[in-house]
Amino acid sequence: MVSLQINKKSYSIDADPEMPLLWAIRDLAGLTGTKFGCGVAQCGACVIHLNGEAVRSCVTKVKRAIGQQITTIEGLSANNDHPLQLAWNEENVPQCGYCHSGQLMSAAVLLREKPNPTDAEIDDAMAGNICRCGTYPRIRKAIHLAAEMQRKETAK
Amino acid sequence: MIRLYTVLGILLTFVGLMAFGLNEPQHAIATFSKPIFKKDSIASVKAFQQVYTVLMSPRCLNCHPAGDVPFQGDDSHLHTMFPKRGIDGKGVLAMKCANCHQPENTPGVHTPPGNPNWHLPPANMKMVFEGKSPRQLARQMVDPNQNGHKNMQQLIEHADDGLVLSGWNMGEGRTKPPMSHAAFKKAWITWITTGAFAPKK
Repeated sequence: MVSLQINKKSYSIDADPEMPLLWAIRDLAGLTGTKFGCGVAQCGACVIHLNGEAVRSCVTKVKRAIGQQITTIEGLSANNDHPLQLAWNEENVPQCGYCHSGQLMSAAVLLREKPNPTDAEIDDAMAGNICRCGTYPRIRKAIHLAAEMQRKETAK
Repeated sequence: MIRLYTVLGILLTFVGLMAFGLNEPQHAIATFSKPIFKKDSIASVKAFQQVYTVLMSPRCLNCHPAGDVPFQGDDSHLHTMFPKRGIDGKGVLAMKCANCHQPENTPGVHTPPGNPNWHLPPANMKMVFEGKSPRQLARQMVDPNQNGHKNMQQLIEHADDGLVLSGWNMGEGRTKPPMSHAAFKKAWITWITTGAFAPKK
């Protein structure tokens, strides 16, 4: 048995330390918001936060996450009210939606580091997240909107 | 007290043997002994020509680009997703090297190779290999302002750096450098100890 801290909650799961963290999160902890895309760190659908970094859980082994803080899309906000989630709704960003938990988790790191990101900074941060539906223009727009929401919230 | 010293002596000898004698191949011993420097420009240049073929192989070159995006593959194409170097060489924002590159190689072809210290040279000292002639690269290698502030002894030891060694443990589907690490290290040390001469071109 290994103990994982996911979304500030402790999970005791029967996982091989060599197992991809994605399997542990989805199949053993039952948190299915994080998606399997390519399995080789090429698409970004499986991005979670490991100690705040936008790590790809399909190639990250369980042993790397033991004793570390894991955040999945389910833990990004308490009530689905992270500025990015609100902006994603506002701009109707997803089409099929499959890649968007990964998109949001990468964008959350961007917005934390760059509260007012430029288009170039959005490109730098989001280039590893692929969207087959091609929602990139709406993703960019929503990130700018979320940044604005975040600024207004901070100014209050 | 004498018995204590005797036991300690035996233990230290054993540890020393384990560290330098039993686990390491013979070529590694040279790193830890004091090298003998004797200038010989012909031998030095000849050794560097060998070193150069390794430094310019994809396993070394791919992380020493002239730009801020590393290369990938045996054909040294631009890394997909265009990850950027960042200030410390470890990536930027949601695109840090270690987000994909694990402490060890990921199994399978076309998966990220791994190392606990995976990174590019930092932004303030890019240590570019791409496009460098043998002469340019040799001169760069011995310039502390371009080589990570290394003196000759540190340069010699750098042959056993973990990230350098990972060039010979690069994961499935990637061609190794053109010679063994032992041969590379021998040429590297020969080049330095014979004066680190730069080829004419």
